[in-house]
Amino acid sequence: MRKVLLCPPDYYGIEYEINPWMNLEHNADPKLAQAQWLGLHDKLKSLGCTVEVMAPQPKLPDMVFTANAGLVVGRQFIRSNFHFPQRQGEEQYFDKWFEANGYKIVRLPAGLFFEGEGDALFCGETLFCGYRFRSDIRSHERIGEILKCLVISLELVLDRHYHLDTCFCPLPDGGAIWYPAAFDTYGQRAIRHRVKNLIDATPEEAGRFACNAVVLERDVLLPEGCPELSKALSAHGYRPHALAMGEYLKAGGACKCLTLLLPQRPDL
Amino acid sequence: MFSEQIELHGHIIDSLILPKVLDEILTYGGTFTIREVKIGKQRHDPSYACIDVFGPSPEVVDDIVKRLRQHGAEVVEETKLQLAEAPADGVFPADFYVTTNHQTFVHLGRKWIEVQPHSMDCGVAVDLEKKEARTLKFCDVKKGMLIAVGHHGIRVAPVQRSMDRRSVFEFMASSVSSEKPKSAVIREMATEMRLAKEAGGQILVVAGPAVVHTGAGEHFEKMIEWGYVNLLFAGNALAAHDIENALYGTSLGVYLERGALADEGHENHMRAINTIRGAGGITQAVAKGVLRQGIMYQCVKHKIEYVLAGSIRDDGPLPDVVTDVVAAQKLMRSKLGGVTIALMMGTMLHSIAVGNLLPAYVKTVCVDINPSVVTKLTDRGTFQAIGLVTDIEPFLRELTEFLKEERKTTDEHR
Repeated sequence: MRKVLLCPPDYYGIEYEINPWMNLEHNADPKLAQAQWLGLHDKLKSLGCTVEVMAPQPKLPDMVFTANAGLVVGRQFIRSNFHFPQRQGEEQYFDKWFEANGYKIVRLPAGLFFEGEGDALFCGETLFCGYRFRSDIRSHERIGEILKCLVISLELVLDRHYHLDTCFCPLPDGGAIWYPAAFDTYGQRAIRHRVKNLIDATPEEAGRFACNAVVLERDVLLPEGCPELSKALSAHGYRPHALAMGEYLKAGGACKCLTLLLPQRPDL
Repeated sequence: MFSEQIELHGHIIDSLILPKVLDEILTYGGTFTIREVKIGKQRHDPSYACIDVFGPSPEVVDDIVKRLRQHGAEVVEETKLQLAEAPADGVFPADFYVTTNHQTFVHLGRKWIEVQPHSMDCGVAVDLEKKEARTLKFCDVKKGMLIAVGHHGIRVAPVQRSMDRRSVFEFMASSVSSEKPKSAVIREMATEMRLAKEAGGQILVVAGPAVVHTGAGEHFEKMIEWGYVNLLFAGNALAAHDIENALYGTSLGVYLERGALADEGHENHMRAINTIRGAGGITQAVAKGVLRQGIMYQCVKHKIEYVLAGSIRDDGPLPDVVTDVVAAQKLMRSKLGGVTIALMMGTMLHSIAVGNLLPAYVKTVCVDINPSVVTKLTDRGTFQAIGLVTDIEPFLRELTEFLKEERKTTDEHR
C-alpha cells in the first residue's frame, strides 16, 4: 500500500509570482481550492493510499505542494533547498515533520538548490532529475552519491514547465508520460535512450499539466481536461482518474505537485 | 586567444551533458581542448572531464563559461602565477619560465592571458596594469621587469590540426625522406599557399643562394610577381649572387644558361657587390636603373619586404645587410605578425634561425637536397616543419606550375 504526504491548502493563494503561471491579479478561490484538494485527498484514500497530512503554516502558501519538500528513498529524506526565498521558510517545517516521523534527514550544502520530487523522479533504477529553473545540476551529482544510483540530468527549457514533474511522469512498467518540447534535444535523446514506452502529452494537455500525475500502480490521477492522455493510458492498461485542479494550475501545480510519495521508492 | 579551464562531474556521459557542453562551446564562438576524461566504472560511478575553453576575447570566454556553469561546469582555480624582477638589464631572474613556440597563457587576475608573440626560447614579461604578457629575448630585458618564474599559472596549448580539410600538413609527418611522392605534396603546398593568400595570411620565404645557383631564380621571380611572396628573409649571398646573375648572367662565376664557367667569373660577384655599394643599396640601384632584373629587383618593384642578415663569411656585404645579429633577429621578429606559411629553401642555418622565431601555428615547409637540414630544424624545436628532399630548381619549377593553376582557381572564385 502506498503512503503519501499532503498539506491542506488553508493558507494557499497567489501571494507572489515565481513562475509564469502565477499572477497576483488572478488569485485562487479558497473554497474551490479546498474542494479540489479534498477531491485529491479522498481519491487517494479511496484507492487504498495511506494519506499523511501535515499542518499548514501561515504565510507559506506553496507548502501545499509537498512534492517539493524533498526526495524520500526508503527511510531517507533528502531535504530540498528551495531556489526562491519565498519558499525557503517551508524547509524547517518539512524537517520537523520528517524528524518527528523517524526519517533520516539528509541536507544538501546550503545554496545548492534542489526542489525534491518536483525535480527528481525514478524510472526503474535510474533517477531522472531536472535542472535550470529550480534545481542546480550540481545537486544531482550529490544525490547520485548519496543514493548510489545513476542520475540522468535533464535540462528544462520551457519556463511553464519549470519542474521535471510538470513534463515527465514515470510509469511502473518502465515507460513514462512526457512532454518532449519541455526538454532540449540532449535531454530528449537521453530519455528516449533509457525509457522505452513513452507516451507523449499533446501541447494542449501538457499545458493543462497532464504530466503532473500521481501513479499508484495501474491508477493514474491526473488533472481533468486531458482526454487524449486518458485514452492513451487506458490503451496501455492504466486507469485514469481525472481530477479538478484549476485552482492549483494558477500557481503552476496539479495532482503530483500536491503529493509527496513516502517513499518514492524503497532503498536501492 | 583567451582561455579558461573548466571541470564537469557527475553522470555527464549518460546525461549527454559532456557532448552538450562541447557543442555549446563551439556554438558560442569558442574552441576547446579536452585535457582529461575519466569515465565511471560502475553504473552509478560519476565521470569527470577537464576542458580548456578558448575564445577570441575574454568576453567570449566569459560568456561561454557563464552558459556552461548552468550545466554544472566549475571553473578550475589555478595556482598563482609567480613573478620575479629581472636582476639586471639583459638578465632574467633565476628559474625564469622558458617559452616554447606553442600558444601560451598566463593566469593573471582570474583570467588566462595569451602571451604574445608565440616564440620559443624567450622569457615572459608581465605588465600587471595592462594585464599583458609578452615574450622577451635577453636583449630586451630591463632591470626590474616582472618576469614569470616556475611553472605555476602557466599553460601551453598545442596546435590544433585542422579538422575540415586534410592537407599536406596533416598527412605528412616531419620524417624526412627522398622517397616521398613529391608532386602530390608540391601540389598541396600550392593549394595551401593560395588558401593562405585568400585568407589574408602572409607567406614568408627563407632562401639561400642555392636558389640562384641551381637556376631557380626565374621561378622565384614568378612567385613574387604573382603575389605568393610577402616577406623574404635571406643572407648576403642570395642577394649578391642574384645581382651577379642580373648584371653578368653568372652565379659564382658560372653562366646559368649554359652551365659553363665565365672567364674571370670568380670576380663577378665581387664586382656586383661593389656596384650596389656604389649605388648606395639595392633599392637605390633599382631606382638608378643599374639593377633591372632578378629576385631582388622584383622584390623592390613589388614592394616585398626583405631582411638580409649578415654572417662572418660574407663578402661585402651589400649595404642592405644587417650585420648586427641581434638587430637582425629583432627586425625579423618584428615582421612576422601576419605570417601563416613559411617556405624555407636551400639554407640550413637561416632556416634554423628563422624556425626559432616562428610560432608553432605557422605552416612550415623546408626544402633541401640534404635530408639532415630538415632533421636539424625539427630537432631544434621547429617540430611543425615538414620536409621535402629535392633540388631547389625542379621543386620551384613544379611549384610555380601548380601555382599557375591555383591562380586560375582564384580568378574563378572572383
